[in-house]
Amino acid sequence: MSDESSPIETLSEIRDLMARSSRFLSLSGLSGVSAGIFALVGAAIAWYILHGAPLYITRENIFMLMLDAIGVLILSLTFGFYFTWRSSRRKGLPIWDSISRRMLANLFIPLITGGLFCLILIYRHAAELVAPATLIFYGLALLNASKYTVEDIRYLGILEIALGLMSCLMTNYNLIFWATGFGLLHIVYGTFIYYKYE
Amino acid sequence: MKDNIIKDLNKAFDHRIRLGIMSILAVNDHIDFSALKDLLNVTDGNLASHISALEKLSYIFVRKQFIGKKPNTSYQITMEGKSAFSDHLSALEKLIHNK
Repeated sequence: MSDESSPIETLSEIRDLMARSSRFLSLSGLSGVSAGIFALVGAAIAWYILHGAPLYITRENIFMLMLDAIGVLILSLTFGFYFTWRSSRRKGLPIWDSISRRMLANLFIPLITGGLFCLILIYRHAAELVAPATLIFYGLALLNASKYTVEDIRYLGILEIALGLMSCLMTNYNLIFWATGFGLLHIVYGTFIYYKYE
Repeated sequence: MKDNIIKDLNKAFDHRIRLGIMSILAVNDHIDFSALKDLLNVTDGNLASHISALEKLSYIFVRKQFIGKKPNTSYQITMEGKSAFSDHLSALEKLIHNK
């Protein structure tokens, strides 16, 4: 920002430094797309387990549904991490620094709270609210983390919260809400972010 | 007209590293030396000299604390620094609009 560079260049350099120093920009759209695909497969398996009935957790189906959910979670996290790691290498940005740590802390605090809350719901025999609760807490987690990563996921968070609240009121359709929130929205949003940033 | 605007540009921010330090501190609560070094891609000595220049102007201040047993030095922007930086940005913007 010496005398030779133009004010426009100087301002864009300032904006770039501000973004790079406060946001985790390597988040890959493909992480979202892969999570969406696994969620749709998981929802299809759940539909099969439930024989097309609404997503209520009972003593009979809890084991299979838990297995299904844990499978979706592990695959989404693994592939999500892989694509983001690949994108950070390509962009030459660090994957583990104070910014990514801050983003993850802000993501996981509401997420773990939600996980524990779902276990409490099952324990309290309000299992019909588990699927909506996963949407709501996931949405809050995205909203919280969006301050430290690509801003667009803020709106994804708001949409997840809205779907979760509607799902609470229409529990007969909660598998459809869940598949929309975790499957469809992830694929749409992931594609959008991929084309915008990569 | 243009000369007046150039007068508004802060001499302290003439150098790209000093302006870089201010840009980073404007959006972060505080940041430590090594993170600053990585972001700006400069050597220790170079960064230290620009930091002390900004410190002398009381645009930034040093926070020393311990994380466990390790001493950690981080930097924070002052109120003065914030307003000087935002004045500088407005002057740059005016310069663009008057071209």
